[in-house]
Amino acid sequence: MESLGIIAGFWLLAGVTIGASLAVFAVRNLLHAVVFLILAFVGMAGLFITLSADFLAVAQLLIYAGAISVLLVFAVMLTPLANRDNSNSLYVLPGGAFALAFATIIAFVAIEVDWHQLRGDALGARSFSTTVAEVGSALLGPHVLAFEIASVLLLAALVGAIVLVHEDETGEAA
Amino acid sequence: MRLRLPFDTQIDAPSRFPTGIRQVIARPPIPGLKLAFIVLNVIGLGLNVAIGFVVASGALDDEWYDFRDLGLAVGQLREGLDDRFDPAVSYVVTMLIGGVGILSLIGVILILLPWVERRLLARFQVRRGPNRVGPFGLLQPLADAFKLMQKETVVPRGADRFIYFLPPVLVFIPLMLVWGVVPWAPNMTYVDTNVGVLYLIAVGSLSTLAIFLAGWSSNNHYALLGAMRTVAMMISYEIPLSISLLAVVLLARSMQLSEIVAWQADHHAWFAFLMPFGLFTFFFSSTAELNRTPNDIAEAESEIVAGFHTEYSGMKAGLYLAVELGHAVATGAFVSTLFLGGWSMFGLEQWVPPYVILGVKIGLIYFVLVWLRSTLPRFRLDQLMAFAWKFLIPLSIIYVLVVAVEASIFARWDVPGLIPLAAYAVFNTALAWVLVRRWSGLMGYHPGSEPLRPVMATGVGGLRAARQLRGEA
Repeated sequence: MESLGIIAGFWLLAGVTIGASLAVFAVRNLLHAVVFLILAFVGMAGLFITLSADFLAVAQLLIYAGAISVLLVFAVMLTPLANRDNSNSLYVLPGGAFALAFATIIAFVAIEVDWHQLRGDALGARSFSTTVAEVGSALLGPHVLAFEIASVLLLAALVGAIVLVHEDETGEAA
Repeated sequence: MRLRLPFDTQIDAPSRFPTGIRQVIARPPIPGLKLAFIVLNVIGLGLNVAIGFVVASGALDDEWYDFRDLGLAVGQLREGLDDRFDPAVSYVVTMLIGGVGILSLIGVILILLPWVERRLLARFQVRRGPNRVGPFGLLQPLADAFKLMQKETVVPRGADRFIYFLPPVLVFIPLMLVWGVVPWAPNMTYVDTNVGVLYLIAVGSLSTLAIFLAGWSSNNHYALLGAMRTVAMMISYEIPLSISLLAVVLLARSMQLSEIVAWQADHHAWFAFLMPFGLFTFFFSSTAELNRTPNDIAEAESEIVAGFHTEYSGMKAGLYLAVELGHAVATGAFVSTLFLGGWSMFGLEQWVPPYVILGVKIGLIYFVLVWLRSTLPRFRLDQLMAFAWKFLIPLSIIYVLVVAVEASIFARWDVPGLIPLAAYAVFNTALAWVLVRRWSGLMGYHPGSEPLRPVMATGVGGLRAARQLRGEA
């Protein structure tokens, strides 16, 4: 992990991600903020790749940049009375407090936990096998309950969406 | 009886030759051309025979000068660089080689493809196509590009400038990214990720966002409507696309594209034979993702002005058109890789370079895409959505279930591979036939009872109303 490429890649991606996240609340227009948020998602996917988490990176692209971003743009578009100029409001105060608390927790975890850090030869000896098979076995093994609950939740969401959109049949269906 | 060779200078050449060749035949004689023609052909034949002997003797296997697999040369270059310099240098060099290669591939495709498409479309429509601009019209794409570049890009008043300028660039990015994972030969894949199939789906879903932003930022009701319809169609067709790819991954037991092609090469079985409904689903969903006829309700050229790219002019619109064309070839690459065996051709790949075989397959799929474009009428949006949600998705899910059972049997059964695979091919084809007929009957389409003479469907409700009008039940 000490090679120049990884270091340069990490700093570039981290810079892009953090810059895009800062731009999310700094720009004037809400849709521009959404576009910068999508850039932050893509930066996150890049950071996952530097950590050899190939499945997570591609899943991040697929789910966040591919689907959730479309959802966000729809949400912004379909609320016509909302304030679309991303201006400051009183929400800044509780938002700032929450962000400060969150940052404290993350910093504490990052500094105080005893991470298993591998360097040099130990790092070279470790084999980074494909993560897809391992994630799959974990989902169907130790975490199968979460997997099943997630699928039931998705089914409930799908049925709920159909119920919300369904109209009473008053005439011939087109 | 004198042999008539094509370079004989008879002015009264038979008129079954098209105009261009007639003009070529009728030019004044160049001395020695006949002899040069014969000599060059003999030399070419000799070269081919020599290459055949060299390949057959195995002197070429795994050497860096094995032109059948350029990845070997790059691998040796990389090892050489690793020995002498920092590992980053070999990484950057191979990155540059691959990147420049892909960009030049896309460039060549985008220069040749408009000509191919328009001439082919014309041939289907019994006309000639562009033949003025260069010899046989070959400079037509360049003329189009110049025309688009020198047009003024009119930015509509009230358009959100930041979001307006972004989508033409954003929509080009997936086109460049997806070419990275295509396996051209056993060692020739630029980005051989373990999650190649998922990468395809993920990168393909990025263009949805670009289209949506394009429609929104144009400050035009119709562009927004077109964009919304396009996004609805594209996200609906991502699901059968992913499910048919899931069936492929289940049987090949890997998401790595080179592994999938190697599986097809080792087992001498293409996924097109093993799961024909998966091939159809993937192909049809790809035409929907590409916004190509019969699924081009997004930018229907005669209907909704131009859909999401109405307000784009000049090279911005040119970028959209280029991306559609480039993506069609990329789809051809993926259909060939995943379902038609990629670079393998039942053993031909040790004589003919595998990337040539893949290129031929890509050309064939592109031909089929243009064939569909020129012959089929356009589907309506509600027909498209109903087809995706009510037909393709349930049948794909049933298909994946069946293929999952077959894959688990195949993994545990110790029989020479071709017997279960042949059984799977027969069973899957029969299942697809039965499923399609039964399910479409459930959906209300009974081909046996439809009249063979065309009936004007005048009322809303289509065929049902037409039947009522005619007095049937």
